[in-house]
Amino acid sequence: MSMSTSAYRSIVRSVRHNTPDSDDTEADVRFSRYILARLLAYLKPHKAKMAAAFAAMLLVTGLSLWIPILIKDAIDVHIKASDTQALLRISATIALAYGGTFVFQALQRYFMAWVGQRVLATLRLELVTKLQILPIDYHTRRIVGVIVSRVIGDVSVINELLSQGLIQLFSDVILLFGIVWVMLALNANLALLTFTVIPFMVLSTYIFSKKARDRFRQTRTLAADMIGNFAETLTGMRVVQAFGQEQKMTRLFDADNSNTRQANIHSMKLAFTFLPVVEIMSVVATCLILLFGARAAINNLEGITVGIVAAFLAYATRFFQPIQELSQLFTTMQSAMAGGEKIIEILDTDEGVKDPEDGRSMPPIQGRVEFSNVGFHYDESVAVLHNINLVIEQGQTIALVGPTGAGKTSIANLIPRFYDATDGRVLIDGVDVRTITQSSLRSQMGMVTQEPHLFTGTVADNIRFARPDAGMDDVIRVAKEANAHNFIVELVDGYETEVEEGATNLSVGQRQLICIARAILANPRILIMDEATSSVDTVTESMIQEALNRLLAQRTSVVIAHRLSTIRNADKIFVLDHGNVAEEGTHDELYEANGLYRTLYDMQFLDYQAELGIPAETPSANGLHPVAAATDLGTRQPRRT
Amino acid sequence: MAAAASDQPAPSGLEQYLRPLRLLRHHKLTVTGAYVGTIGQTIVTLIIPQFVKWIVDSGIGGAPLHAGIPQWVANAIPPALAADTMGLVVASVTMLLLLSFVRGGFTYLTGVNSEVVSQSVAYRLRNALYHKLCSLSFRFHDQSTAGDLLSRAAQDVERLRFLTGRALLGIVNALFLMIATAAVLFAMDPLLAILAMLVIPPLMWQAWKFAKAYRPLSMEIQKQLGVLTTVLEQNLRGIRVVKAFAQEKAQVGAYNAANSVWFEHSADAAQMRSVRIPLLDLLAGLGSVVVVYFGGRAVINQSMSLGELLAFMTYLAQLIMPIRRMGMIVPFVAMAGASSERVFEVLDTKSAIADGEGTPPLPPIRGDIEFDRVSFNYTPANRAITDVSFELKAGEILALLGATGSGKSTLINLIPRFYEASGGRVLIDGIDVRDVQLHSLRRQVASVLQDPVLFATSIRENIGFGLDDPGQDQIVEAAKAAQAHDFIMEMPQQYDSRVGERGTTLSGGQRQRLSIARALIVNPKILILDDATSSVDTETERLIQAALDNLMANRTSIVIAQRLSTVRRADKILLLDQGRVAGLGTHRDLWESSSIYRSIYEGQLQR
Repeated sequence: MSMSTSAYRSIVRSVRHNTPDSDDTEADVRFSRYILARLLAYLKPHKAKMAAAFAAMLLVTGLSLWIPILIKDAIDVHIKASDTQALLRISATIALAYGGTFVFQALQRYFMAWVGQRVLATLRLELVTKLQILPIDYHTRRIVGVIVSRVIGDVSVINELLSQGLIQLFSDVILLFGIVWVMLALNANLALLTFTVIPFMVLSTYIFSKKARDRFRQTRTLAADMIGNFAETLTGMRVVQAFGQEQKMTRLFDADNSNTRQANIHSMKLAFTFLPVVEIMSVVATCLILLFGARAAINNLEGITVGIVAAFLAYATRFFQPIQELSQLFTTMQSAMAGGEKIIEILDTDEGVKDPEDGRSMPPIQGRVEFSNVGFHYDESVAVLHNINLVIEQGQTIALVGPTGAGKTSIANLIPRFYDATDGRVLIDGVDVRTITQSSLRSQMGMVTQEPHLFTGTVADNIRFARPDAGMDDVIRVAKEANAHNFIVELVDGYETEVEEGATNLSVGQRQLICIARAILANPRILIMDEATSSVDTVTESMIQEALNRLLAQRTSVVIAHRLSTIRNADKIFVLDHGNVAEEGTHDELYEANGLYRTLYDMQFLDYQAELGIPAETPSANGLHPVAAATDLGTRQPRRT
Repeated sequence: MAAAASDQPAPSGLEQYLRPLRLLRHHKLTVTGAYVGTIGQTIVTLIIPQFVKWIVDSGIGGAPLHAGIPQWVANAIPPALAADTMGLVVASVTMLLLLSFVRGGFTYLTGVNSEVVSQSVAYRLRNALYHKLCSLSFRFHDQSTAGDLLSRAAQDVERLRFLTGRALLGIVNALFLMIATAAVLFAMDPLLAILAMLVIPPLMWQAWKFAKAYRPLSMEIQKQLGVLTTVLEQNLRGIRVVKAFAQEKAQVGAYNAANSVWFEHSADAAQMRSVRIPLLDLLAGLGSVVVVYFGGRAVINQSMSLGELLAFMTYLAQLIMPIRRMGMIVPFVAMAGASSERVFEVLDTKSAIADGEGTPPLPPIRGDIEFDRVSFNYTPANRAITDVSFELKAGEILALLGATGSGKSTLINLIPRFYEASGGRVLIDGIDVRDVQLHSLRRQVASVLQDPVLFATSIRENIGFGLDDPGQDQIVEAAKAAQAHDFIMEMPQQYDSRVGERGTTLSGGQRQRLSIARALIVNPKILILDDATSSVDTETERLIQAALDNLMANRTSIVIAQRLSTVRRADKILLLDQGRVAGLGTHRDLWESSSIYRSIYEGQLQR
């Protein structure tokens, strides 16, 4: 008689949706046929299991319609007729029907859950694979946490739609029509009378769902803010403590926390108003059945028996369940659609840089790099590079210098084809990089980035990143070459030391050395180096410099230069200005030429002198080039809007 | 509270549940409201079938009015009404409706109160966690990952919320309803009651068995999901490196391996779950078959009325419902136990560095610093320092020099007591830093470290971070001194511009200047500084240098020196080698006495 089982379930479900990882746009999501079709396509490989689940569902629905009729017969026919034998038979039948329900229900649930989890795993894998293919540009514009929540959070919402939702939809609809049909067949008048409650039921459910959606969305936003606040503090915990701001931060968090609590209570108040309303309507239906059933029975009308009344009471209870579940399903589908939209968006993102149709590989690289009339701009923005022509001979080390935004990083990004040139061609050994596969190209190239990035895992794992099958002796050899061996063996577990999250257990210089070892082991034919040696102490710096020199030897190297020492040793220096090659040549040539390079150079020289003060007593006047210490030629990545 | 840290044995299973439940004592009134509501609800629920029976027997079946009801109830019915059967039915139906309204009221009371209670518990736990994490030392944070701590504050607290709210209420409600219904069933027909309730023990046993097997599995799934998240996050953070070394395939392979493990576990769990609810339904259904058969025989033998049989079946259905609900709650409760362990593990961790009882605050300081034979042992070998002594007068600059891993960072972290010396003393104005309140110490010492962390709030709030209520003038002044004012004014919302995730919308040089402004505004007497600049262009470099000059003026500064200018300007230079003092003095002293110093100095110049 009570409705609370399904209503309870609906509340649990809405609370479960109340997680902070989905966005707040779902109310506006329409049931796009395209997205639905895309999502449903993931069920295709599981046709057999789906069909089995569907068949099981039909059987369960049929049985659950049949059982009340059997009970009615037991009461009306066999008990009234005092036929104990028949009562035993029908009891046994009911027991069997329950047994059947159990078997088929379990099968249906198992198949659907299995398919759901399988699809979930498949979707996640597809997303991860796609994310690997998407260009760097895609990633630089997105926050890692958001993508992670797409892959982990949104996908699981879709699972709910695909695994439980779909079959639930069919089962609810069939059950609803089945009950209506049986009730009409048992007694049309009494049935129609009972149905008068339906419009009120539907209306109140509709109003509730609408209101609830707004409130729950607000709750979700607040909860997301609160968790965001928590995460922020964890990241900046050292700063919080260093400035003694624990109390202030705790106060701020308390406000967010308290808002979330209030919003939750506010939302749930609505749910707990709705729950009694549903219960009362169900009781109203019961009352109608009893009242008119009784009247009819007293006046001997229309053949209404006690058994029919009992069956009606049973059906009336079940009857509201599918209606409510359908409304709940609607909500689930909405959030699944919202999640689905975002996931399909990722899967449909244009890859930008594509492999050629014929899948041709890059032959072993000799190392000659040529830019022929290369122009480049990021999406909508203005051109970053204009008509660049430059040649790097095999084995040369060249330096790219110039002020911020001159296009140094863009040139470096075009060689491994992180982007495609918008005009002209980039050639390696005379081969246009667009005509060969990216992996065949990049597996022969190496990169040392400005911020040394290490992955969690052991130090050895990080070194053998590009060659996971490399043996320990190789790892140690390159670590030695990279001047990293000595400090690595002093770590707690040597090469097996786990790198902590954010590599906090290693200094910046140590991270840099490991990255260099990684690049040496990869043994690239072309090396691109965003030189970043400024944030380490002097001793480490010279160790890094030494390691770099070993790395640069015997391969074509492109250095985005920060330090003049590297530039002075370079075979050629390209001075960039506003996306053009302003000057090129060796250090001496350019210095003599008295152009932009000379200007930059002299400016730094003055800085250097200023830094030294008047270097009368310093040991610097010993013939070494004075322009060393803290002089950069500017290498921030070009700013994009 | 129990002792410290994670190495202590886990508390007993029961204790894991009792600890969160004890938090309910803070909300006695609301808890009472919820439970009064649930009991009221149950009582009304138990009364309702009696009316159904009455209507069926007396209204439809035409049995005498007094059959099966207590005498005093029968007596209470007015004779006029009792004579009119239809009137009686109408009255009963009206009562039925009224009762359901009362029940609705109780439902609301229960629901809202239990929600308030459980939300308050969650609120309390999150606040406690936040507060605790703020007070735990650097060493704790070094050893934990943000993702793990966050999932404790989010997911685990949510589970405890469910435990202390709906789960506990559901269990209490179910138990009460079970006992009461059983009593009513017994009163109606003891033999039939026993037969019908034979299904309950297997139901309970099944629920218990399920919980026992399901919990470790679900924890395993949760853990594996954490692995998936970490693998993906690591991959995305390093995507440049992945692409640069063409390791996409290997990365997808690693992900897929973790993904497959997750799927295996999930499929196992799905199998367990898929049997659970249908089995509960089956047992419940069998109970009703027993009632139909034996009850039917009783009706045939005339030892029971048809109305009684119907009421009996209604009661039985009601009895099954709470059990079914418990079946649904049980896996959640099982998981909540593990969550409780995770939440309280953090709450029970004792901060390695904390104020003692009655510790006095540090009075306003001049800024003298003394290290008196200070040693520090930290697990990684390269963080240790041994027997370091030096003195620094207020206003002086000390430059720290030494190779990576020589202990420079460790040394500066000892001054604001981010870590605690394991031997010797760190003195400020002659006062041991361990003898004063942390807060009062740290508010007089500011640090500007490598890779400045900014918060995702406005630039204004980031600069004013160290002050309680900074004025606009102070903020602009600090920004100007830190050479940050100009670029801030060029931003669309100027001081109200928001800093992106981990300061990504700002360049390294800009972040650094903001962190300098943040230190300037608190006007510390002691400054701790890593003068490294990230790769920036010449112009920015100059700006940062000017900002640092402003910052160091008029305070005691300890600087991890990366540049010549700092070394030359320092009053004293401390040379560290493998955690020991390898030289201490002015540039001239060291130049003459220390070959290590000369080689470092020249090393820098040779580049």
